[in-house]
Amino acid sequence: MPRRSIHEVLILRVVSKGIFPFVLLFALYVQFHGDFGPGGGFQAGVIFAAGWVLYGLVFGLTELQKALPPRWVEIGTALGVLLYGGIGVWSMFAHGAFLDYNVLDHHSTVHGQHRGVFWVELGVGITVASVMIGIFYGFAGRRRVR
Amino acid sequence: MSEHFPALQVLLPVLTAPLCLLLRHPTLVRVLSLAVTVGCLGISLALMEQAREVGTVVYEFGNWPRPLGIEYAVDTTNAFVLVIVSMIAAVVLPIGCRNSQVPEGREYLFYSAFLLCFGGLLGVAITGDVFNIFVFLEISSLATYILIAMGRDRRAIMAAYSYLIVGTIGATFLLIGIGLLYQMTGTLNIADLAVRLEDVKETRTVIVAFAFAMVGISIKLAVLPLHHWLPNAYTHAPPVVSAFLSATATKVAYYLMLRFIYTILGAGFVFDVLQFDVILTPLSLAAMFIGSLAAIYQTDFKRLLAYSSIAQIGYMTLGLSLNSELGAAAGIVHLFNHALMKGGLFLVAGCVLLRVGSTAIVDMRGLGSRMPLTASALVIAGLGMIGVPGTVGFVSKWALVSAALDQQAWQITVLILLSSLLALVYVWRLIEVMYLTEAPEGAERREAPPLYLIPTWILVLASVYFGFNTESTLGVARAAAHQLLGGAG
Repeated sequence: MPRRSIHEVLILRVVSKGIFPFVLLFALYVQFHGDFGPGGGFQAGVIFAAGWVLYGLVFGLTELQKALPPRWVEIGTALGVLLYGGIGVWSMFAHGAFLDYNVLDHHSTVHGQHRGVFWVELGVGITVASVMIGIFYGFAGRRRVR
Repeated sequence: MSEHFPALQVLLPVLTAPLCLLLRHPTLVRVLSLAVTVGCLGISLALMEQAREVGTVVYEFGNWPRPLGIEYAVDTTNAFVLVIVSMIAAVVLPIGCRNSQVPEGREYLFYSAFLLCFGGLLGVAITGDVFNIFVFLEISSLATYILIAMGRDRRAIMAAYSYLIVGTIGATFLLIGIGLLYQMTGTLNIADLAVRLEDVKETRTVIVAFAFAMVGISIKLAVLPLHHWLPNAYTHAPPVVSAFLSATATKVAYYLMLRFIYTILGAGFVFDVLQFDVILTPLSLAAMFIGSLAAIYQTDFKRLLAYSSIAQIGYMTLGLSLNSELGAAAGIVHLFNHALMKGGLFLVAGCVLLRVGSTAIVDMRGLGSRMPLTASALVIAGLGMIGVPGTVGFVSKWALVSAALDQQAWQITVLILLSSLLALVYVWRLIEVMYLTEAPEGAERREAPPLYLIPTWILVLASVYFGFNTESTLGVARAAAHQLLGGAG
């Protein structure tokens, strides 16, 4: 039997396509349930990126970059950090110290804390996922040097 | 507003970096980065004012009180370092990423990396939390590796890579040191560490922690046997990056050394119990001589400057190893003075590279007539390196010599003066090549553009101005040393 490339194996294609949405869904669960249970932005970001990396491994880098252009990944990297920092700056405008979540909600400091952690973790998640995918693009996109 | 200055000092560059990534437009990014560096300079000067008034300016993040939360603590010493870093950034950044490998349309990546490096260095200097120091050190180092790799030829990539390896080892050593201190005290806050270490100071863990931290910092500072990354990195990086790094990165590492020795562990423990000066003094003296001697034999202007940096770092650590208020003040004032001189000289190298196409000393023949303004800038800054009166170099040497004489360390005084003679040799070599040899046939007579000359001359003229007006530098350095050594703040 001639060796086939990974892109042609039917089982891999079907299974990975089936798993893909669930990986992303699990990442979102870890992200947003991280406030109450184990998890958080970093883990969620890695899981989210793992879904895309799986897609890239099975369908090839070109297909993956068609679905998720490198420029988007670059934007995501910056956006996450800005979201994190933006929350801090917001709390400064609300007459608190940088990243003082207590002032984010007028009525209760607990809600303020919750709100702060929620957005900050989302920022972490976006940046981590983007950087992970970016690293994959960086390595997978290298041509062989003779 | 002004109560947020400590946070804004670091936030401005660190948050503008991702913003550059989003904006991408070359002019827009450039203007924005320039505005940020100028803004940071203003903030650092304001912080200096505040610190001199109240002693220590404290900013608690998220309003969590220390030692629970992370705090920024600015006293005179780190305010001085903040001023140095942001001043140099504001002066050199207008040149931008010319003469580097940055492709057209990707300049925004240069500005992003520069702002991260800048913000990281400010962060190391400003924070009052040792783990935070490590994090910011990594931010600035990672950005530094990128910046160095942007140099004109492929050797820049190799230089960046070897700095990456060595720099990572250095950061790891520092982290191990911090980890051991944390294990012994259960705190990461600098002020809190100092208090809690009192009881456990003479344990082996703390001694080992000190050793790890000092080796890690010494790698970043390029103290003599650990300096091998420096010449290549400075030689092959783009001129603006060399100017910025030589004037700031090692200065911040020196600040860390001061902080660890004087604030965290205490001079009594470090110098009297551990006798750290027994190691540091010979290494500093060796750096002064080996660095200068190596500089004399270089054939490349930028590499000459890099070796001379190693010698100058020797002067700074020598001031520290004298273990006195005068010695520390001499080291601190030399941070500022050396930043002016060496930043200016590396920008001169940038002018030469732009017009001559190389920085080999042979190619600089007849530069005095080909590029008179550039050449005279080199001469003035070079006189500063020797320590001629009327330049900042003299102020540093004077402070260092009087600190040595104060302790009747005659041998050290003589060695300082002898090593200045070596500086005379390598500066004279440049002057001879530029003014006393004929320009090669067909060499172009064209001065560097104002964009290069203005920042160069700002630094050079400042190095003369602060040679006369010593109150704002030496005065502040003495106040900083006084506060650092436990005098009333």
